Amino acid sequence: MKKYYTNHLRELEAESIYVMREVAAQFEKPVLLFSGGKDSIVMFYLARKAFYPAKVPFPLMHIDTGHNFPETIEYRDNLMDETGANCIVRYVQDTINSGKVSEETGINASRNMLQTTTLLDAIEELKFDCAMGGGRRDEEKARAKERFFSHRDEFGQWDPKNQRPELWNIFNGKKKMGEHFRVFPLSNWTEMDVWQYIYHEDIPIPNLYFTHKREVFNRDGMWLATAPFMEMKENEKVEVRDVRCRTIGDITCTGVTLSKANSLEDIIQEVAATRVTERGGRYDDKRSESAMEDRKKEGYF
Amino acid sequence: MSEKTVDTTNTYLDMELLRFTTAGSVDDGKSTLIGRLLFDSKAIFEDQMEAIELASKRKGEEHVNLALLTDGLRSEREQGITIDVAYRYFATPKRKFIIADTPGHIQYTRNMVTGASTANVALILVDARNGVLEQTIRHAFIASLLQIPHVIVCINKMDLMEYSEARYEEIREAFMAFSSKLNIKDVRFVPISALKGDNVVTRSEKMDWYEGPTLMYLLESIHIGSDYNHTDGRFPVQYVIRPQSDEFHDFRGYGGRVAGGVFKAGEKVKVLPSGFTSKIKTVELFGKQIEEAFAPQSVTITLEDDIDISRGDMIVPENNSPEIGQDIDIMLCWLNEKPMNLGGKYMLKHTTNDVRCMIKEVVYKIDINTLDHNESDKAIGLNEIARVRLRTTKPLFFDSYRDNRITGSVTIIDEGTNNTVGAGMIV
Repeated sequence: MKKYYTNHLRELEAESIYVMREVAAQFEKPVLLFSGGKDSIVMFYLARKAFYPAKVPFPLMHIDTGHNFPETIEYRDNLMDETGANCIVRYVQDTINSGKVSEETGINASRNMLQTTTLLDAIEELKFDCAMGGGRRDEEKARAKERFFSHRDEFGQWDPKNQRPELWNIFNGKKKMGEHFRVFPLSNWTEMDVWQYIYHEDIPIPNLYFTHKREVFNRDGMWLATAPFMEMKENEKVEVRDVRCRTIGDITCTGVTLSKANSLEDIIQEVAATRVTERGGRYDDKRSESAMEDRKKEGYF
Repeated sequence: MSEKTVDTTNTYLDMELLRFTTAGSVDDGKSTLIGRLLFDSKAIFEDQMEAIELASKRKGEEHVNLALLTDGLRSEREQGITIDVAYRYFATPKRKFIIADTPGHIQYTRNMVTGASTANVALILVDARNGVLEQTIRHAFIASLLQIPHVIVCINKMDLMEYSEARYEEIREAFMAFSSKLNIKDVRFVPISALKGDNVVTRSEKMDWYEGPTLMYLLESIHIGSDYNHTDGRFPVQYVIRPQSDEFHDFRGYGGRVAGGVFKAGEKVKVLPSGFTSKIKTVELFGKQIEEAFAPQSVTITLEDDIDISRGDMIVPENNSPEIGQDIDIMLCWLNEKPMNLGGKYMLKHTTNDVRCMIKEVVYKIDINTLDHNESDKAIGLNEIARVRLRTTKPLFFDSYRDNRITGSVTIIDEGTNNTVGAGMIV
């Protein structure tokens, strides 16, 4: 008998495309959350595949904390120019200026938590009924129990104990007025899958992922990049090192990795050999054992 | 996929994806087994290990508790039990694995069914000291009900039974005695000790009487290529792609995921429900032609003729149609605290179709511990399984679940709460 064979990347691709087409069919006004990180880049790429030759039938949205690596913004703007896609930008700074949230202070201050308010405001303002995110179940233990279609109440909150059962490939996007969904098309991808896919499809990614010289300092064993808004402790000193980002988030909470990897092949080998999770380099997850679960309940990505 | 030639990257290129479900209760060593599979395949990272070491210490536990790795939510950690399905990932050079880790208590039948719905393989754990229990029967029944093609029975804690061949054989026979009544295509048995590592990844030196493969070898080699139906062509139309741009002015494509059979250009097809026939012009994705598409691929199909087709329609070969009808018998698993309303109306999702349905009749209810049929009890509550008869407002295009897990499955939604309250397998 003839063998019909699909390798794991093709199967994951097929699943994600299926999920995005379901989103386009089941929701009236979906949006794709774009951060400029590799997961959202892959997600946007898959969206283009899903609807080609038509344009992606939903806009992208970037919640800009103002604490981005400048390379991320540059990459985002170039990508939008090249693909003709529309990316809405909402600024955490505006949320701060409006007095809805106040800036954290102190040495580990981060705007990571504040993003949630900006995001929920934008969803309400623009009447989005579904926001797709690049979250993966392998990232963190609270994410391991997340559905593809994750229901949020009118306050944007996630109730992990009351999730809808999700069986086969049947996704239930039914909701009441004012409620919305978060959808995670990359749920079943691992960090390694994402890199292999980028490699095999030749997807351009920001230079931050490759080795470069950067001013960094060490805090509690983690390398952080310097920036004008970064407060440093007295004993921390700036050095120039060869580093790369394993994950791209805010400068304030994204650790960089000492690395000489300057090609996708190098990165894949590094990921294969590495013994610390991706989010191990995220200061925001180190706050408590259930830091991610708590943020998700409030409406985080 | 383009040709690339780098050693490490290539080892990961040609992997198949295998989804398996594990069911077991608190004490049968399921978490230890999953911990061992993850640990031995290097899927547990140092920071995760550190986190659970810290948490174990804080609770005053002597050993690192690998179960903490699988208890994701705070309420679960507080209660020390798994409540919801958790998905775990690991890979060996041969395959990538997705584990749907489900709790085994009777009140979590709902979760077991959910985890089983997408699995190629079910791992059933049996504690060698206790042998086949009610819950073993329940797990095997759910595996057969959900038509998981392969079942691996792990007879665990062999170290506590002096690695006795006689004990292994006794349990094997007890399992076969009732599972022969179930419809399970492929059952394997492995004697293991998850704690000590015997026959999990490496062969046990304590059980030279066992000549079969290790659990990992089975997971890596079990043939899953034919788990999908590659005979009966089924293409539920998911999304109509109409660019309406100058360049693709006349393009009209049908986006969908192949649910069965093989689709290729030139083939004569029929569109349901209209019955119009045409020929496939192209099977493509992202502008690239695909020679033949089969499950579970997502593609875009274009036809030679301009026919009015929308989401919910199904493209099938001209001479191979699914069943078409409004009166449907399903095996129903009820997933909600609010009991099923006999005679009530619900929403029903089937492939890319949404219809309304009425639950007309409970044919029988199954006692999931004894597998007995009860024809007089018509009350169906949470975690209960019954054969019911439905009538839908519109005809569905379906196959029996046995023939096709995609076109043979439905979910039932409460119209008041929008919650998914039932899972059905078409008989």
